[in-house]
Amino acid sequence: MKRFYIFALLPFLALLGGCNAIVLNPAGDIAIQQRDLVIISTVLMLLIIVPVMALTAWFAWHYRASNQSARYEPNWSHSTHLELIIWSAPLLIIICLGAVTWMATHMLDPWRPLNRTGPDKEVAMGAKPLNVQVVALDWKWLFIYPEQGIATVNELAAPVDRPLNFKISASSVMNAFYVPALAGMIYAMPGMQTQLHAVINKEGTYKGFSANYSGKGFSEMRFNFLAMDDAGFDKWVASVKASDAGKLGRTEYLDLERPSEAMPVKKYASVDPQLFDLIVNMCVQPGKMCMHEMAAIDAKGGLGLAGNNIVQSLEYDKYARRGDEPVVKKSYVASVCTKTAPMGMDAQAAADVTPVSSTPLVGAGLPQPGMFQSFARKPSNS
Amino acid sequence: MFENFDLQKAIFGRLTLESIPYHEPILVVTFIVVAIGGAAVLGAITYFRLWGYLWREWFTSVDHKRIGVMYIVLGLVMLLRGFADAIMMRAQQAIAFNGNEGYLPAHHFDQIFTAHGVIMIFFVAMPLVTGLMNYVVPLQIGARDVAFPFLNNFSFWMTVSGAILVMASLFVGEFARTGWLAYPPLSNYAYSPDVGVDYYIWALQIAGVGTLLSGVNLIATIVKMRCPGMSMMKMPVFTWTALCTNVLIVAAFPVLTGVLALLSLDRYVGTNFFTNDFGGNPMMYVNLIWIWGHPEVYILVLPVFGVFSEVTATFSGKRLFGYTSMVYATVCITILSYLVWLHHFFTMGSGASVNSFFGITTMIISIPTGAKLFNWLFTMYRGRIRFELPMMWTVAFMLTFVIGGMTGVLLAVPPADFVLHNSLFLIAHFHNVIIGGVVFGCFAGIAYWFPKVTGFKLDPFWGKMSFWFWVSGFYLAFMPLYVLGLMGVTRRLRVFDDPSLQIYFVVAAFGAFLIALGIGSFLIQIVVSIKNREKLRDVTGDPWNARTLEWSTSSPPPVYNFAFTPVVYDHDAWWDMKEHGYKRPMGGFKPIHMPRNTGAGVILAGLSFITGFALIWYIWWLAVLGFVSLLATAIGHTFNYNRSFNIPTQEIVETERERTQLLQSAGA
Repeated sequence: MKRFYIFALLPFLALLGGCNAIVLNPAGDIAIQQRDLVIISTVLMLLIIVPVMALTAWFAWHYRASNQSARYEPNWSHSTHLELIIWSAPLLIIICLGAVTWMATHMLDPWRPLNRTGPDKEVAMGAKPLNVQVVALDWKWLFIYPEQGIATVNELAAPVDRPLNFKISASSVMNAFYVPALAGMIYAMPGMQTQLHAVINKEGTYKGFSANYSGKGFSEMRFNFLAMDDAGFDKWVASVKASDAGKLGRTEYLDLERPSEAMPVKKYASVDPQLFDLIVNMCVQPGKMCMHEMAAIDAKGGLGLAGNNIVQSLEYDKYARRGDEPVVKKSYVASVCTKTAPMGMDAQAAADVTPVSSTPLVGAGLPQPGMFQSFARKPSNS
Repeated sequence: MFENFDLQKAIFGRLTLESIPYHEPILVVTFIVVAIGGAAVLGAITYFRLWGYLWREWFTSVDHKRIGVMYIVLGLVMLLRGFADAIMMRAQQAIAFNGNEGYLPAHHFDQIFTAHGVIMIFFVAMPLVTGLMNYVVPLQIGARDVAFPFLNNFSFWMTVSGAILVMASLFVGEFARTGWLAYPPLSNYAYSPDVGVDYYIWALQIAGVGTLLSGVNLIATIVKMRCPGMSMMKMPVFTWTALCTNVLIVAAFPVLTGVLALLSLDRYVGTNFFTNDFGGNPMMYVNLIWIWGHPEVYILVLPVFGVFSEVTATFSGKRLFGYTSMVYATVCITILSYLVWLHHFFTMGSGASVNSFFGITTMIISIPTGAKLFNWLFTMYRGRIRFELPMMWTVAFMLTFVIGGMTGVLLAVPPADFVLHNSLFLIAHFHNVIIGGVVFGCFAGIAYWFPKVTGFKLDPFWGKMSFWFWVSGFYLAFMPLYVLGLMGVTRRLRVFDDPSLQIYFVVAAFGAFLIALGIGSFLIQIVVSIKNREKLRDVTGDPWNARTLEWSTSSPPPVYNFAFTPVVYDHDAWWDMKEHGYKRPMGGFKPIHMPRNTGAGVILAGLSFITGFALIWYIWWLAVLGFVSLLATAIGHTFNYNRSFNIPTQEIVETERERTQLLQSAGA
């Protein structure tokens, strides 16, 4: 019986040798360390798996009913020594693996800034990483380079051997940002920001994609990751700046975030510097209150009853992408504008707001709140 | 208020003719095949005048044995549906290369992988293990039925009701396109306004009621109804694993019910538990669903661990090695299974300490699991192993499951998970443990207990065909997926851009085809066995020279299981009785008090189906009507005092005399 399994496995071993297993042969230091961990853990476990499989095959063969010469002890069912071994052998391996896991998980934590870009290449003190803001849209990837002031869709470029700092979010549903050659994946979630520190060590073009199903166009949510030398990267930035695709502002973003599939590469010569923060706070649409503002107001005790009345119905929305009449009209909270930020508050202004009046705001264009539209907090006495 | 009144909407909700997918050729053909098949079955039942028999003897039965068999039939029927989905996915992925879109549009493909996962877990694996537990546990503990026989019938029909809702989504409307756990925001109203997710929610809610109640039922049965002498540490291992499984069910399923209720509030009344806005947090859903989801894995696998324990001891002709450590290992797994849920989403951005905590707890589970494996191994050691079908499945399980266990521990290392999460490596891993564990275990269990249920063994030739097709098909279908995962290929992809991957998908599709032959052989095996039943007949009630109480009674067992409640002195009670020259009692029978059949379970489940269907389609009047009738029927049933009857002594004497004659004719 055992022989059969080995034969069944043979063709795959042959295929494995010939294939391009990027996870086992990556090009970035983080991914290489993760690969090493995969191999170390596998070897540690094989220490116990191989004997178990061998014993299973051996016992199954040797103690078969037709082998009358094998010892038969129908009532032998306990041995303290054996029990000690069968509990402690896996325990020892798990202790080793657990120690490795604890250290590696902390060392390779995606939130942790890099301290090396390769086995013996330390990152110099004060060296600045390249910041890239990543947004998963329906169904394409937006990359914003805040320092370079450019943005691209479905193409990511980075210089080799320089620490990269990805800040990751999404516009509508969950995705996962994954470039197997570079580093492990991390979820991209709407209204939230995750982070990934990584480095790429070899020039080349690598594949990146979403690794978390996100709907209709998910299969083609791919991009190329171009790893190039510093000069090449500067040239690439210049070429994006020189392109005539124009600026990525709030309006252009709202247009871009509408669902589309298999979108070709697109480049923006300049980008609204606040755009990523607005995306994370879900208030790119002018007039919509940002989440950090809402949180700041709530932390100060809320707007009282007035809070009820700034809830507005959403007119255009990305929600209707599947096309159906909603049971409950979706609504949003209108932003509170200030002199310095006429399109809505920035974080500082939000922190300064103190609720003054709890009288409901009435007037044209302010619908009466429905029972499920908002659960505003009662004003406190602060 | 009447100017906007829309009569059609008021009557049919959002159900329109457009909801019938007659424009999708694949579904139309499926419908025709199902309709013809269904009509043939219904016609045959009518022609042979079986309706009355089925209603009286099966549908309304409160006999745990009949209900167990019906669970297994349900599981096998749904296996065909779930497997049809699997083979469609494999076919799509094998051809969708080089700009070829394949034959499934995204709208259809996304429903298929969602339905495949939901059906295989909730309506195949769950009914199969519940069926085995239902049939075997009362017999193993020397009881005449479960603690709450009507509840058992009701639980079964609620599961059926959920299954029918899922099947209805095939031809009326559509199923969810969210993946089998329906993560929001995708599953929320904003991004899935169609009926798919509502089908998902209500199918699982209705079936979940059944699962939860059957869990309560079996716990009460095992705790309260063991025969004299059977202390906890003398229970057969299968009963132990059943106890732990049902404890897990009772503790875990309310979480699923709760989280789905919150999701339905989001979808139906516009609350914001899991939306992006208004402080909603989808991450909470992911946590909650996995707090149910991880124990669920053990709910499936623990009972089959019990099956393997019984099978190994029986076919090795030897006491189970390390009974006590087996029991403690099971209890350890039960408790630990609640401390690992976060390993399903290391990549969601938790800190390193949280991730490593859950990674390490996950690894710790492998210790008791490993101990169990060694116990089976040392049960074989110095045994006399008969390679009958159940034992073949067991050895295949032991060799296959360790691979799945190894890749599972690998995935528990967070940084390794970062590169393998959501990849086909993960898919290969959990199919490796679920097929290599649960499915092999259910086949072992079915082959092992089939002669108890029917009085004749399964045909060994077709059984071996099925076995070899399944095992080789499994390896061919899933080993390439491990490789693809290492090549960075993610799950749920409909089309591919790298042509070098195609060969792996073709091999995997061929593996799936072999599994199809395995399923076919299994069905042929059953037909052939029924045809040759006289040749395969076992009159002793103990065809395998087995060890536990269920083998002490006749095959099939009488309605009352045991004419006298047995008294046991050992965890291998029947073996112990045989060793000590046990003699069947021949006289002194007394009337036996048994529960009476009732149609209430079928009716309640039918009303649940109607309520669920109405809620899915926003047919509010029908939902209210259905729910009110549901409550009324449930309350009405409590006034039914005619719930039990006595089997007269004469009948018992007759039954037992027949058995004596059979035993004598067999020369026993």
